[in-house]
Amino acid sequence: MNPKRTRKFKEMASLAVIRLATLLIALAMTAILGFIAVNGIGAISWSFLTEAPRNAMTEGGIFPAILGTIYLMIGSILIAFPLGVASAIYLHEYARPGRLVRIIRLGINNLAGVPSVVFGLFGLAFFVVFLKFGSSILSGSLTLGFLILPIIIGASEEALRAVPRTYREASYALGGTQWQTIYRVVLPSALPGILTGSILGIGRAAGETAPIMFTAAAYFTTRLPRSIFDEVMALPYHIYVLATAGTHIEETRPIQYGTALVLIALSVGVNFVAILIRTRLRRKHSA
Amino acid sequence: MRAGRWPCSCDLRGVDMNAARKRRITEWIIRNIFLVLSMISILILGLIALFLFQEGLPLFRSVSLREFLLGRFWYPTYGPPEFGIFPLIMASVTVTLLSSVIAVPLGIFSAVYVAELASARVKEIVKPVIELLAAIPSVVIGFFGMTVMAPLMQEILDIPTGLNVLNASLMLALMAIPTISSISEDALHAVRRELREASYALGANRWETISRVVFPSALSGISTAVILGMSRAIGETMVVLMVCGGAAIVPDSLFDSCRPLPASIAAEMAEAPFRSMHYHALFATGIVLFFITLGFNIVADHLANKYKQVGTATL
Repeated sequence: MNPKRTRKFKEMASLAVIRLATLLIALAMTAILGFIAVNGIGAISWSFLTEAPRNAMTEGGIFPAILGTIYLMIGSILIAFPLGVASAIYLHEYARPGRLVRIIRLGINNLAGVPSVVFGLFGLAFFVVFLKFGSSILSGSLTLGFLILPIIIGASEEALRAVPRTYREASYALGGTQWQTIYRVVLPSALPGILTGSILGIGRAAGETAPIMFTAAAYFTTRLPRSIFDEVMALPYHIYVLATAGTHIEETRPIQYGTALVLIALSVGVNFVAILIRTRLRRKHSA
Repeated sequence: MRAGRWPCSCDLRGVDMNAARKRRITEWIIRNIFLVLSMISILILGLIALFLFQEGLPLFRSVSLREFLLGRFWYPTYGPPEFGIFPLIMASVTVTLLSSVIAVPLGIFSAVYVAELASARVKEIVKPVIELLAAIPSVVIGFFGMTVMAPLMQEILDIPTGLNVLNASLMLALMAIPTISSISEDALHAVRRELREASYALGANRWETISRVVFPSALSGISTAVILGMSRAIGETMVVLMVCGGAAIVPDSLFDSCRPLPASIAAEMAEAPFRSMHYHALFATGIVLFFITLGFNIVADHLANKYKQVGTATL
């Protein structure tokens, strides 16, 4: 082969490998989602979504787990949203590059890298035992809230970065102070991005299992939670329990697939909502 | 006040000065409230370390650090118990390295595809697909590994159990790929267009430009991606809890059952009596895991910063 053809061949082969690798990833993802969807759809019914488990969790629905997961999602975002947005505002609007900012950022990056099971240990030692919140919605929400904090900070900062500098300058030119500028000009136009990022954070909180295993999740409860100091069932923990513990693992397979499908639908649904909000707010903003 | 100096009895300038000072003070207070709030991440990180140590260190009253880290037997419920996490560390290292062997090329290739090859329309489909992979809860991936991969592996390879090192590494790779892919893609995007154009102008084809110009320029960003992907894999809990099999032995084949650090913590914490030796040992295991990932992240952060300087100043 002459050198020219060798080069051409090398290029084609390498680019083909790159394309193949990407295709492989897409296939793996489709396989997982498809498999869960095909096997789970049969289990889904109105009573599955609205009834409590019966007969040692081998029959009945998953309503308490759905409700518990929703409570934990709401609780974690109530904690992560104000703290995350405030951190992003300081880092992007107030701080000047320097040692302090380097340290804060290093803290955020490292918090993002803490393994979820270590968050679970921390939640157990700090919220459950030290602050005596017990295994409860409150402990679980705090643990999950701090877990998703770096996601909210990252998304909010990105949204703030997207606000044109001219907006701020116009506000200053009208005599606005820095806080007035942030509150009345920067935040409203960064809001769609901040909300989208927050909703992605909620999706992450919904799917996490290890942080709530020792801080919030109950194996099985007959009654629905009455206060934030009650334990709850949660979808991801329910899947784990049914798939690994007890003597009915094979019998409850349909329930496991159904629960997994509901969990995926919840996180994908949440992503969908994020996109809806973003487009609506953008339209309003540009009008 | 100084009514004699000003013709007007109402001293407007004085009032304005006051208002300005008030505004300045308000601004200063608001600014510092935000400063304090932005410290929360560091505070939480500090609290995590503090409480891990508080609950983990009591173990070392009766077990030496050496016995703990290098002990070959993890029998926490025997009498007398043994708390050696060496098999758990080796299990974590094995599945992390093996999953990286799978996830690093796939992650980087997909990033190259999205950043360099894909048309705008294809990109709009491929990018969300990879992001969606990151959105699948880890318990669902673990569940898939248990119910689909394990029986499949058992049948095809004719092995006693499908819950083993290889299966866990495959599932972990799925979790690490989105991290590696999206950070690598950012690094590739940061490579300036002039470099690519210069390469094409010299007669290089697309593959030569990617492999000898774009890739080397993005190398430190891609290294960051790889390290963060590995950090994600070593800390991932549900997948190794559900798919590894759970035997606390140093794995010496792809088809051995194993018990990585996070799996051990998650599986045993519920049954360990409160503040027993076993409980403290699990927190001590958490300390090890915390510092491994902290190390990974500090290296990644260092690389990312070095890379930033190269991108803007010296090129």
